[in-house]
Amino acid sequence: MDISTQNTDEAPPPTSQPSAALQKRASRGATRPGDRIFLGLSRGSGIFLLVIMAAIAVFLTYRASLAISKDHGNFLTTFEWNTNTIPPVFGIAVLAFGTVVSSIIAMALAVPVAVAIALFITHYAPRRLSGPVAYVIDLLAAVPSIVYGLWGALVLVPHMNGLFGWLDKYFGWTGIFSWQGGAPRSMLTVSILLAIMILPIITNVSREVFRQVPQMHEEAALALGATRWEVIRMSVLPFGRSGVISASMLGLGRALGETMAVATVLSPTFDINASLLDPGGGTFAQNIASKFGEATADGRDALIASGLVLFVITLLVNGAARVIIARRAEYSGANA
Amino acid sequence: MAKRIDVSGLTAYYGSHKAIEDISMTVEPRSVTAFIGPSGCGKSTFLRTLNRMHEVTPGGRVEGKVLLDDEDLYGHGIDPVAVRRTIGMVFQRPNPFPTMSIFDNVAAGLRLNGSYKKSELNDVVEKSLKGANLWNEVKDRLNKPGSGLSGGQQQRLCIARAIAVEPQVLLMDEPCSALDPISTLAIEDLIGELKERFTIVIVTHNMQQAARVSDRTAFFNLSAVGQPGRLIEIDDTERIFSNPSVQATEDYISGRFG
Repeated sequence: MDISTQNTDEAPPPTSQPSAALQKRASRGATRPGDRIFLGLSRGSGIFLLVIMAAIAVFLTYRASLAISKDHGNFLTTFEWNTNTIPPVFGIAVLAFGTVVSSIIAMALAVPVAVAIALFITHYAPRRLSGPVAYVIDLLAAVPSIVYGLWGALVLVPHMNGLFGWLDKYFGWTGIFSWQGGAPRSMLTVSILLAIMILPIITNVSREVFRQVPQMHEEAALALGATRWEVIRMSVLPFGRSGVISASMLGLGRALGETMAVATVLSPTFDINASLLDPGGGTFAQNIASKFGEATADGRDALIASGLVLFVITLLVNGAARVIIARRAEYSGANA
Repeated sequence: MAKRIDVSGLTAYYGSHKAIEDISMTVEPRSVTAFIGPSGCGKSTFLRTLNRMHEVTPGGRVEGKVLLDDEDLYGHGIDPVAVRRTIGMVFQRPNPFPTMSIFDNVAAGLRLNGSYKKSELNDVVEKSLKGANLWNEVKDRLNKPGSGLSGGQQQRLCIARAIAVEPQVLLMDEPCSALDPISTLAIEDLIGELKERFTIVIVTHNMQQAARVSDRTAFFNLSAVGQPGRLIEIDDTERIFSNPSVQATEDYISGRFG
């Protein structure tokens, strides 16, 4: 409500003859050593952050422009990555496609499950159970991504055959789910692994949002004779919508940039494959990780250029999320 | 549609803490009954036991009987959700659904109960908003969010939402304590009109309000902090405020309390 406006301090009545000490303090602002040190530290940290960001942007743009000026293909549309040939021909089309597709599928898989887990923890589980479940989810977030990658390659991949066969049999006609029987080191496997990896962050953020739903909104629904699910539908989900979107974007950001897990599981090829089940494709981060070690100077610049594109995509995703949240602000729980 | 409430031997707990003890009273249909008493005496808790909202609070549990006409609300096989559809509630702070429009807020209860044609919904929403004396103020902006209304309008919107489902009883938990005097007057006038159709129970800290709006008044008190609240007496409002039969009631009303 309007507590903030009510609590604004009244200006002290002007005194006719302020003492010399007060005048001195007023004219110099923060004069105590503690204040000065803290002001310097916080201001310095802020400036330092901006300097780092600017340095990264300048570095990426400069090296990327070097690479793109030497590129004899179209940087955005070429389906090749030959940086050592003369002239070099490379483009990010395959990487952009693979990155965006795998991340979107991962999100589509993870968000409903994460929201369901968060609702279970906050609204369904008895207190004795909700604590441990939340703790296990937190643990999932602490697993290093290379461990996910190893688990994906050694456990998940061999177990995908059954699912892939089933998908091919019933949905193979769509082309998206056709499978030629190769090792399932494909985009879909990557997406499933990414979904598991981004599940904890989406769950945790959603859980915090659902927990903050004001009691009075839930009671409003309860008093109308809403069942638990109806309370969730009428009060909890609308209140938490923007929070869930933010949580999903955090997850998407992680999926877009995930490197080791993808590189360990995917069997990359530099082309766009209509089927999600056949091996092939690649992502920005995976491509950089697997090619950086043996790249020439020009090859590194080309990889840095692809990194710049990933950076821009992530920025666009975050911007889109902000637009979605802002557009719903009038109806959000924030102005209740 | 208005029904009598018969409470006998009702005790409510929060965990191991006994909040109210052994309360018995009868609330007549088509009347306004006011609950007064000092903070912490359990009036709100008691109100929330009447539509089984108390048990929503973690650790909340209830012993005793609440009869709505002849049906025990705490009997076996009684669904608390069904009880709350029969006994509506208005809260201390206006709580319209912030993500819903004014129209959807009023229609929310109906939509829970089943599917209605758009024209039926329109009729009920108009009737309920008129019943809550809000129609003229909002009829041109039914699709705007309810959270954009003033506090008093929001509270009348909540009343419209509660009466839209035609409850038997309407419980009000300090419905005016967050409102300015003008909005309070509007709500009090509304209570006078609503009692023609509903049984109304209102908790209030404002004794003038209890005297103005209610037919009967119940005084609650507790012997000490941490002790359970008890019903001291319930009688016609006029009698409670002029010549109560218990000394504690007179002390409280005349300001000699505590």
